[in-house]
Amino acid sequence: MSDGFIELRNIRKVFAGVVALDAMSLVIKPGEIHCLAGENGSGKSTVIKIMSGVYQPDGGEILIDGKPISAMSPIEAIAHGVQVIYQDFSLFGNLTVAENLAMNVHLGEKRRLMNWRRTRAIAREAVDRLGVELDLDAEVASLPTAGKQLVAIARALMSDARLIIMDEPTTALTRKEVETLFRIVRDIQARGIAILFVSHKMREMLEISERITVIRNGRKVAEGPTGDFDEALITRHMTGGDILNEPYAWIPPPGPPPVPRLEIRGLTVPGKCEDLSLAIRPGEIVGLSGLLGSGRTDLALALFGMVPRYEGEILIDGAPVRLRTTQEAIDAGIAYVPEDRLTEGLFLPQSIKRNMLATSYERLARRLVIDRSQAEEMTQGMVRAMQIATPTAEKPVMQLSGGNQQRVVLARWLLTDARVLILNGPTVGVDVGSKAEIHAKIRELAQHHGLAVLMISDDVLELVQNCNRLVLMHRGRFIEDLPAAAVTEETVSDRLKTFT
Amino acid sequence: MALLRRSETVIAGILLLAMVLIGTINPAFWQLDNLFSLMRSNVIIGIMAMGVLLVLISGGIDVSFPAFAVAAMYLTIKGMLALGYNGVVLPLLAATLMGLAFGAVNGFFVYKFRMIPLIVTLGTSAMVRGFLLGVVGTSMININKMPTALIDFGRTDVVSVTKADGTTYGLTAMVLIYLGLALAMHLVLRYTMIGRSAYALGGDPEAARRAGFDLRKTIFFIYCVAGALAGFAGLLHSGMIWLANPRDFVGLELDVIAAVVLGGASIFGGRGSVLGTMLGVFMLVMVKNSLIIMRVDTTWQLVVVGLIVIAATALSAWRDRRRAA
Ligand SMILES: Nc1ncnc2c1ncn2[C@@H]1O[C@H](COP(=O)(O)OP(=O)(O)OP(=O)(O)O)[C@@H](O)[C@H]1O
Ligand SMILES: [Mg+2]
Repeated sequence: MSDGFIELRNIRKVFAGVVALDAMSLVIKPGEIHCLAGENGSGKSTVIKIMSGVYQPDGGEILIDGKPISAMSPIEAIAHGVQVIYQDFSLFGNLTVAENLAMNVHLGEKRRLMNWRRTRAIAREAVDRLGVELDLDAEVASLPTAGKQLVAIARALMSDARLIIMDEPTTALTRKEVETLFRIVRDIQARGIAILFVSHKMREMLEISERITVIRNGRKVAEGPTGDFDEALITRHMTGGDILNEPYAWIPPPGPPPVPRLEIRGLTVPGKCEDLSLAIRPGEIVGLSGLLGSGRTDLALALFGMVPRYEGEILIDGAPVRLRTTQEAIDAGIAYVPEDRLTEGLFLPQSIKRNMLATSYERLARRLVIDRSQAEEMTQGMVRAMQIATPTAEKPVMQLSGGNQQRVVLARWLLTDARVLILNGPTVGVDVGSKAEIHAKIRELAQHHGLAVLMISDDVLELVQNCNRLVLMHRGRFIEDLPAAAVTEETVSDRLKTFT
Repeated sequence: MALLRRSETVIAGILLLAMVLIGTINPAFWQLDNLFSLMRSNVIIGIMAMGVLLVLISGGIDVSFPAFAVAAMYLTIKGMLALGYNGVVLPLLAATLMGLAFGAVNGFFVYKFRMIPLIVTLGTSAMVRGFLLGVVGTSMININKMPTALIDFGRTDVVSVTKADGTTYGLTAMVLIYLGLALAMHLVLRYTMIGRSAYALGGDPEAARRAGFDLRKTIFFIYCVAGALAGFAGLLHSGMIWLANPRDFVGLELDVIAAVVLGGASIFGGRGSVLGTMLGVFMLVMVKNSLIIMRVDTTWQLVVVGLIVIAATALSAWRDRRRAA
């Protein structure tokens, strides 16, 4: 009855007591572009690993061309034409593009000797087949992310692939690169190869896919042609409810205006930003947007003590502070959640607890020894407050899904008793449901705990919905400071487009 | 243009500059007998460096090879004396195999228990040295007891020159062995899959596993070859200096690793070449040799070698970061 190339039936997968997949079903038809949508931790990556033979299911069936496969190993998956493009691409940065492309062919033929001329020929063919420009002699480490991705795709196409799986392929790409990628994806499809796509970006899903499967808590909850879905519907299936999007309103307290939590006067970082002045009062959430290189990250870094040679004044609660090191910034009550949580924020192999307490140890160890019970209490509280899906705080952060990892970073900074919270891309790689929860948490912190929040984001909608004020930055200067109530996503996006 | 970007070209340039500099301070540097003696000093460090290069490329490190070298050398010569055997080929083979066996132990622990290579090789190094001195013996075997065949082999020259005052000097034929082994290593690294697998392992172990490399084979190969080269070099060394000292080669690991890193190999794995390593070895030997000629104290020589390791590693780390950016 199945007309699918590959089909999962009632797949179950349990990790040490955590049910990652429970009666999960999925059908991929030959030559279709299929999107898998689901919240963080819903089991998307696990589905992919089952299909590629990395994990063995604890129950259920895998069918290829309608025939059941008893136990699928990675090699068998490849033999059946299933190719995965990993988020880290699984390339050798120290080797050339040509060698990376030809490696699997050599290994498949069990060769003992390396024939460089043949390596180039194989690579040439692979690149030509993809129809892109790639310098075969370039070292892969020297390529930009989009280039690495092309190498990975070219490699996947070499073995007679029938299905190419991409796990969040667009997170690290610019809009233009995404367009190129989509063109290539459609090209691949035209050759009869199916594509399974995982993304958190609704618009991209709706734009590229033909069919969508939505998964929640390890189960399929909806499936159908893309035309039957819209953003709201996907969201409802993913979260099991609607997400309310009320704009954030900040009402100044009666009486004289309160002293700003954070005030900067004439802040200048030579060559990066110039003469910036801004005041954020307790409870305010100020959004900051601008193109890449507008100086917005430099401002954040200066506020976090990472640019010791800034000029101008920074005041916290009216008192001038001088921020030359991150420790001074933390002591002044500033918390910074960086853009790239993986390289700047988290220690992946370490436990959730350790990651959460990373900046609090000094405070916990006032009396030379660490107060263990207090540490335990703090982490437990945070795991609950941030709704991190884990049975224990001892679990390595590596084993959490992307969205839960982001919550760990946030939790760490909330534990420092910060008064000023600077968020750089707070919800990159986070699904809609968790996004809403993280936003709610940020609002609560501002509203009930009087934090001043500076939220930097590329996602204009995120800013418009969660900030009471919006500041636009261009070439190191503040161009506009608008009340959020006066703008819409469109007007801000249009304004940003005029910055070139 | 591509030539300019290669690290080998840069190293060769620095080497040339250093040679000119040293030659200006001390004109005797350019005399043929000095150059011959320099090349002679390259042989043992160079052969060992080939093994260390392989290990570094794979992302590991080896500090046990001096211990393996001295153990293979001393055991072989003790054995020759006990058996009354006087030859060259078989003993060299025996020393090589002994080194290989020691190396296999490193490989076993690194692969099987996924232990950090530094800890494994520190451990095997201490064990082998301790065993040698504690069980086999502590006494030196000097020229009057050394097997004559080894000594004769070690003093073979390719060319010899007679000076005006009647004394002769020559270029040792051991240089040819070094060059031969270096060429072999170059061919292995560049033109065999096992060589490429060392680069792949050093570049990204997880990706190498996913690609389907047999990492057990690769790791054993790497540590066995490093051990074998050390064993071979150990015995060759005793033939060249006519002495078998069970306390030899102490601290040599630093010199060799310094030379390899100086030659452009990355301490983080994945990068390095035979040509670069040969240049690095030459540079290190030359610098040490000049320090000796300038009568710099051995303790200060140590400081210089330490500085070289740190400077070369810092440079290569900076280079790798820039490439990744
Ligand atoms: N190796 C593992 N060991 C233990 N638990 C795991 C492991 N891998 C995944 N899990 C758990 O299984 C669940 C599903 O995780 P999965 O990575 O598939 O989610 P995801 O849908 O890809 O999420 P995200 O969008 O955040 O990437 C999560 O609760 C996760 O913590
Ligand atoms: Mg995932």
